[in-house]
Amino acid sequence: MARIKYESLNDGFGFYFLMAFLGAIILGALGATWYMEHEGHIVTGMTNQIVWGMPHVFAIFLIVAASGALNVASVGSVFGRVPYKPMARLSGLLAISLLVGGLAVLVLDLGRPDRLIVAMTKYNFKSIFAWNIFLYIGFLLIVAAYLFVQMNRGTESWTKPVGILAFVWRLALTTGTGSIFGWLVARQAYDAAVMAPLFIAMSLSFGMAFFLLVLIATYSWSRRPLGAELVNRLAKLLGIFIAVVLYFTAVQHLTNLYAAEHGGIERFILMDGGIYTQLFWGGQVLLGGLLPMAMVFSGMGKSKFGVVLASFFVILGGLAQIYVIIVGGQAYPLILFPGKEVVSGFYDGVVASYIPSLPEMMLGVGGIALALAITLLGMTVLRFIPASLADNETGSG
Amino acid sequence: MTDLVENEGGGCCSANNGTTSGTTSGTGSALAGSSGCGSAGGGCGCASQDAMPQTRRGFMKAGAALAMTTLAPGVTLYSFGAGQAEAKPADQAVTSKVRWGMLIDASKCDDGCTKCVTACSTENGWSDTGNPLTDAQWIRKVTVRDRDQGKETTLPMMCLHCAEPPCVDVCPTGASFKRADGIVLVNKHTCIGCRYCMMACPYKARSFIHEPLEDQKEYSPRGKGTVESCTLCVHRVDEGRLPACVETCNASAGGAMTFGDLNDPNSEISQRMAKFVTTEVRADLGLNTGVRYQNI
Ligand code: SF4
Ligand code: SF4
Repeated sequence: MARIKYESLNDGFGFYFLMAFLGAIILGALGATWYMEHEGHIVTGMTNQIVWGMPHVFAIFLIVAASGALNVASVGSVFGRVPYKPMARLSGLLAISLLVGGLAVLVLDLGRPDRLIVAMTKYNFKSIFAWNIFLYIGFLLIVAAYLFVQMNRGTESWTKPVGILAFVWRLALTTGTGSIFGWLVARQAYDAAVMAPLFIAMSLSFGMAFFLLVLIATYSWSRRPLGAELVNRLAKLLGIFIAVVLYFTAVQHLTNLYAAEHGGIERFILMDGGIYTQLFWGGQVLLGGLLPMAMVFSGMGKSKFGVVLASFFVILGGLAQIYVIIVGGQAYPLILFPGKEVVSGFYDGVVASYIPSLPEMMLGVGGIALALAITLLGMTVLRFIPASLADNETGSG
Repeated sequence: MTDLVENEGGGCCSANNGTTSGTTSGTGSALAGSSGCGSAGGGCGCASQDAMPQTRRGFMKAGAALAMTTLAPGVTLYSFGAGQAEAKPADQAVTSKVRWGMLIDASKCDDGCTKCVTACSTENGWSDTGNPLTDAQWIRKVTVRDRDQGKETTLPMMCLHCAEPPCVDVCPTGASFKRADGIVLVNKHTCIGCRYCMMACPYKARSFIHEPLEDQKEYSPRGKGTVESCTLCVHRVDEGRLPACVETCNASAGGAMTFGDLNDPNSEISQRMAKFVTTEVRADLGLNTGVRYQNI
């Protein structure tokens, strides 16, 4: 295998056009944030019943995907799979970008985003949230270091140890993110140890889908060679990750069904939860699971278009999955008196409704745009991408 | 419209004025260590964030609070009733010697009565603005129906002031905190409005402020973008008075609520708890709630 030549993207018309497009979405998101903070959360669909809504769906999705985007780098530098190594830089860049996008959404949805400094200076170490702040900051620093040792002349030999550290850290990060929910014993939907491994599986799959989309888009739009065999390899990896997510989803629901006390929430999600049931079966299982899995393992996995489509479905299904977890989990009423019926003027005992408003959707989508804009900017100013990923160059052929 | 948190000081400052100001005005007892505020990390933030106005008000309040306790110990005792706990003198820090709690006898709680709810909203300044999904609800009436026998019970539900409060455990900044005397509060200066505590509370006891607010009570500051819940009327308790709901229920309704010190075996509440079967809501969660029920 020849020595890889890395390049940056041209800042031609395409760059400015894309940047303007993403910038407009980001501006829209900032405007929406200003509106929500000024008027209060009353202008969102969130209530005292559904306290976390669309912004959290996008934020958690991006944070989970961030650690997964590091897959390719890990496979390359930790497990020594040569064909993946050239893509390690892009993989690291995307990981950082997605995390920044997700955190931005999370912070901007706070009731008091102006108190970010409080969140950064006062910690309650019993809180998994506080731990996550460290995990996130650590992740950004470690991945940045990982990129640095790769891109800086003379420090390449550090790539493997720093890569291993990044790999371990990302597992911790996703476990931490999953534990945000796993810790909520009061809520029937979250009271499960399987949350942590489920989130790791989700990160592998969502991150890989993101990576494939960005990779294929970058190489197609900048007219650089990208080997079909390499894409197919990555697509198959995606297929395996999708299968793992489906497996842990099955474990999640089967173990819950086994525990009689969780029968109610299971029936709600799986059978009569209306939109949540539809999103679970139609969005998460079918669109985001079985369909893309069939696509990548069939002939479509060999065409870039097929892989792009499959990755896109994985992302849509992933958003549906997180929506079902976050919003569906809150919509199902809290059980105050097990075995008894509870009614009140405060929506006790009834399924809570939630209709996301436009501003909160804009904030969420803005997070994705921010992640993509950072990636694009990074690729344009620094040498992140190999000049060619043709199969004979990467040893995939 | 600016929210009043910045102007009015934090929930814990205000709530603890008995404590804070008492210290300021004389005894110099170890406030920070023993009060819940101090343990929340870095104190209330009163002094640091809006030093002058808050301190001055603190001094003035200190005078008032001291006067009250020194002039009228009898009043204090009277308001708690015989056998119930005494007021915390304003010059003493909050202590873990007492644990404030409440026992609610559902059999004395009338189906249609909402006097405790009204009393709380009047006292603490939260109210119905016509948006039931987003309005604050510190206390609510709940009807529990037995699926088999159809027996119905109604009772008030609020923050149960858990001894092991999940809201405090999950709060990233430590804004949710438990005072040494068991009262669970939110420090309005350090709450960032993440709502994780609302996700964690098993009783839906907390509300997020969705709209700008006006006309707040000085002793019960609230602020858009932060979370709040029943304070057990800490401002009254520190002055030796009963929480507004208890006072109202006893004075003009069924007398369903008993307030007092769970740590004092001679208090009325402890005596009752020793005599009757009482229920802890979701006892399976092991939170050791400070508010208990009877005859559900
Ligand atoms: S009832 Fe809810 S808000 Fe009150 S202390 Fe317990 S967990 Fe916290
Ligand atoms: S909303 Fe405020 S009190 Fe609740 S967990 Fe977040 S910072 Fe703590």
